[in-house]
Amino acid sequence: MNANTSTVAGTTDRPAAIAIDDLHKAFGANQVLKGIDLKVHTGEIFALLGSNGAGKTTTINICTGLLKPDRGRVAICGFDVARQADQVRRVISLTGQFAAVDDILTGRENLELIARLRSVTDPKAIATALLKRFDLEDAADRRASTYSGGMNRRLDIAMSLIGTPQVIFLDEPTTGLDPESRLEVWRSVEELAAGGTTILLTTQYLDEAERLANRIAILHQGVIIACGTMAELKELLPQPKIEYVEKQPSLEDIFLAITAKEAK
Amino acid sequence: MTALSEMLVLTGRSMKHILRSPDTIITVCIMPIAMMLMFVYIFGGAIKSALPAGTNYVTYQLPGILLITVASGVAYTALRVFTDRQKGIFSRLHTMPISRGAALWAHVITSIVSNLVSVLVVIAVALLIGFRSSAGPLAWLGIIGMVLLFTLAMTWLAVIPGLTAKSAETAGAFSYPLIFLPFLSSAFAPTDTMPWAVRVFAEYQPVTPIVNSIRALLTNQPVGSNLWVALAWLIGISIVTFCIAVRLYRKAV
Repeated sequence: MNANTSTVAGTTDRPAAIAIDDLHKAFGANQVLKGIDLKVHTGEIFALLGSNGAGKTTTINICTGLLKPDRGRVAICGFDVARQADQVRRVISLTGQFAAVDDILTGRENLELIARLRSVTDPKAIATALLKRFDLEDAADRRASTYSGGMNRRLDIAMSLIGTPQVIFLDEPTTGLDPESRLEVWRSVEELAAGGTTILLTTQYLDEAERLANRIAILHQGVIIACGTMAELKELLPQPKIEYVEKQPSLEDIFLAITAKEAK
Repeated sequence: MTALSEMLVLTGRSMKHILRSPDTIITVCIMPIAMMLMFVYIFGGAIKSALPAGTNYVTYQLPGILLITVASGVAYTALRVFTDRQKGIFSRLHTMPISRGAALWAHVITSIVSNLVSVLVVIAVALLIGFRSSAGPLAWLGIIGMVLLFTLAMTWLAVIPGLTAKSAETAGAFSYPLIFLPFLSSAFAPTDTMPWAVRVFAEYQPVTPIVNSIRALLTNQPVGSNLWVALAWLIGISIVTFCIAVRLYRKAV
């Protein structure tokens, strides 16, 4: 419960790490994104919260240059994703919805592969350091197919850190993980942010956003229906409810309340 | 890092896949070897009576068996491409500052190298059961070139289901009809003994000129127009499948 109390004071005058402007995307008749605007400041953990099919992965895919938007633009550290793809790829890293780990290679080999492709000076040393940092030393020389879900995710995130990207996209980093593994991944993400990396993560878990993020945006049916710090979001809850319920509202209450309001 | 060295790093990675699961090469080799044994020792005696006297049937049927070897081998190429797409490895690589084509070409090179190894294993078994060739170095160069070109065409064809399949099972399914094609060709029996409709199909499908060319080269016979028809087919299939595969790859997330 430490992240949600931190403020974003002083971050507004810094350049946006991610600037999303009027993003539209349709797949056939299915209008997935209907005009998304977002600014993620340098060094913050920003959570994009939404149910399945809300358009979270589509947003990530457009931000990382994997998909072209129908309208609108995205800039990463000032570079336009559509026109300066090479510069963008140098500053970003993607950890997709499913751990993009080569099962047949060992953890160490997976890390060394990415290090070599990113032209890091000493791939072996980088791999060893990351294995230690993500607590994978014992499993380093075992094939990734033998790893647990949590270990796979940790390896996946470690692979994303090679080449020290400034902006990391984490698409549903804990979906499908058991509670124990979720905690492991949360610790990894918190550690990353402590190093000053900007993180945009998507999640369908309200407690995950509440625990990790400095700011949260709620994506619902292709539009951002709320955006702010946990404290700001709490103010959105209708006043009468606070009188009835004695406990502090959880993010879950807020989420369900405002999505229901939007549906009308 | 240049595009070439990126491609080599990624080729090294997928070659590791093959070295660590040697069963893929064994599985790929066993089926054509079993077919070869069946044709040579079961049907061969009967088929030989329709062939000119003195024909070495092991040599006669080898080109068809080699094509079957490649046709079943590229099913694994499709599977490897499918796995990389499904696991998000292509997505990871596409968001990295590396050449976009490196990952795809790495799969193509891996496919060619591994299929060539399978072909050599099958040829070695054929030698054991009596395959003999009077081909000179130049003819062998032609045979290797033809097998390579066939592997290239089938590899690009395999990339297409690899990039579009919904499941691992369907990714490799395209290879079954390919394995079947040599049976409806001149690969195991002369086409003039076949009923009219089958014969027409056999004579105008690509396997027949390819088999006839390789067989002529193996037995020191004139290759004739078969060579040009075979090359036209192979280059044509390669270009069409390459264009489709590259377009699909650009869109693959």
